Amino acid sequence: MNMNQPQAGAQHPLKASKPRRGKLARSEDRAGYIFILPWLIGFFGITLLPLLFSLYGSFTNYDITSQMDFIGLANYERMFSSDPLFWKSLSNTIYYVLWMVPLTTIGSVLLALLLNERVAGMRMFRTIFYLPSVLSGVGVYFLWMQLLNPSTGLVNTLLSWVGIAGPAWLTDPFWTKPAVIFMKMWAVGGGMLLYLASLQSVPPQLYEAARLDGASALRRFRHITLPMISPVIFYDVVTSLIGGFQVFQEGYVMTESGGGGPMHSLLFYNLHMWHKAFTVFDMGYAMAMAWVLFVVVMILTALNLKLSKRWVHYEGGDS
Amino acid sequence: MGQAYSYSKGEAELVQPSLHKPGRRLPLRKVLIFTFLCAGSVLFLLPLWWMISTSLKSMQEIAQYPPTFIPEQFHWSNYLETWTAAPFTRYTMNTLLLTFFAVTGNVIVNAFVAYGFAKIRFRGKKLWFSVLLSTIMIPGFVTLIPQYVLFSKLGLVGTYYPIIIPQFLGSAFYIFMLRQFYLTIPTELSEAARIDGAGHFQIWYRIILPLSKPGLAAIAIFAFNGAWNDFLGPLLYVNDESLYTLQIGLQSFRGAMQTQWNYLMAGSVIVLVPMILLFFLFQRYFIEGMNLTAGTKG
Repeated sequence: MNMNQPQAGAQHPLKASKPRRGKLARSEDRAGYIFILPWLIGFFGITLLPLLFSLYGSFTNYDITSQMDFIGLANYERMFSSDPLFWKSLSNTIYYVLWMVPLTTIGSVLLALLLNERVAGMRMFRTIFYLPSVLSGVGVYFLWMQLLNPSTGLVNTLLSWVGIAGPAWLTDPFWTKPAVIFMKMWAVGGGMLLYLASLQSVPPQLYEAARLDGASALRRFRHITLPMISPVIFYDVVTSLIGGFQVFQEGYVMTESGGGGPMHSLLFYNLHMWHKAFTVFDMGYAMAMAWVLFVVVMILTALNLKLSKRWVHYEGGDS
Repeated sequence: MGQAYSYSKGEAELVQPSLHKPGRRLPLRKVLIFTFLCAGSVLFLLPLWWMISTSLKSMQEIAQYPPTFIPEQFHWSNYLETWTAAPFTRYTMNTLLLTFFAVTGNVIVNAFVAYGFAKIRFRGKKLWFSVLLSTIMIPGFVTLIPQYVLFSKLGLVGTYYPIIIPQFLGSAFYIFMLRQFYLTIPTELSEAARIDGAGHFQIWYRIILPLSKPGLAAIAIFAFNGAWNDFLGPLLYVNDESLYTLQIGLQSFRGAMQTQWNYLMAGSVIVLVPMILLFFLFQRYFIEGMNLTAGTKG
């Protein structure tokens, strides 16, 4: 599969001519760089340069119009010691990630298992469950604000049918984040499709053999299905974790003038950062905040990667 | 209970629609699953039904308790009133313009760069490829502020350039996806062309591009989706109302129509319907794209 890895037996042609590269190799080098040039420009221009700038900027006092004043670690100190909204927004975000990631993962695995059965109308079912996940943006948030209306919304109307008095959702600080997570569950179809593809690549012989050995459905799931789809679970968890920490629009669009909702309960980390950067132009501080987020996400991703060796099963791998 | 069905998908698709042979009892398990899926489908579709239904109601009917599922009277004029209450025509044109650049930029540039990473052997390729992969993990918000500063120093804030330019500089994720796709195209094809004297550009354009149509279609659709729903870009860089996109227009429309949920829902329908249509027209490519993503897992 991977062209970079020299295959056993076949000597890599470039390796052979390493000391003095021929004319052909050099023209290949040139061609290679011409092809990746657009990305290289993007990497240096809108990724690396901005990253370095913001790293330096995080140690300064900067409001975009005046000079940058180097103030050392002052931004970071302020963040941890005298900005209660920093902690509030961080804990809001962690709360959101901690619930959203497991719930959407479990939800999409279960849905995929159901949609992998052979019953009539499956094609239609798959379409229906997948459809909401392609919808996003302001329209969807408005729709959910309407659905979650405490008295005349659909959600509480349905709840009243089964005798539950629904909460005030987006106006009750306790229920705002569950409301947003609830909304995310509507879009589990995206993950579902990934799992479905992976479920369908599990060799049926494995199940046949297990059934002959008398393994129960639960055991077959635990010992065959789960290991076989574990790489996709891992991929899904990593990407939704990174995505979850970027939660912003839900807080911005679904609250009064983007303020972060009742008692700042929807003031997510990125929303707080946004206000610091573009409402009060406290850009040095905002860049410091961005770096803290970056480090948190990096640590969690690395941790995930490390832990994954224990439970992610790669076919043909030695894990 | 008949447990003799197979889990393999290939078969499932080929089997005739009649899933139980006449004379054999329909397994209870399947009936349960079918019922469960039906109930779930209703739950998943209800929000969309609610949106359309609300958009056709009168103000009085929306405030009514208990709420109605079907409007007593269909106020189709809500749509016309919404469309004219804000410059939706302009928002649509603006959004289409940005979407056009996003689609063309992403398709051409990512296909071009992916060829370099998949089919050319050059010095430093491994290094650059791992740099590319690591950029996927950088949260967008980390570069958002410095990018804003950069574009503001270039005097481009208030124009579409900060939104359009990045679409032509490649996206790490799409490049990675397409590279995986290209690696499955046999090398013999391009090598034969090389022997016939074709350069890399010709091979890319004449051989690889036509072969990678499904992958490109998936990227086109994702790019369309992304640009159509993009909120942060226009929110950050656009301040003149004449440059508003549908997302920003709808958001500011809310301020003016605070309590008029029939208009707000009509606006939401207007913004979401193109995505729904696109989904039904190109469902195959949505799924193809997701499978490409799944293929990147290892």
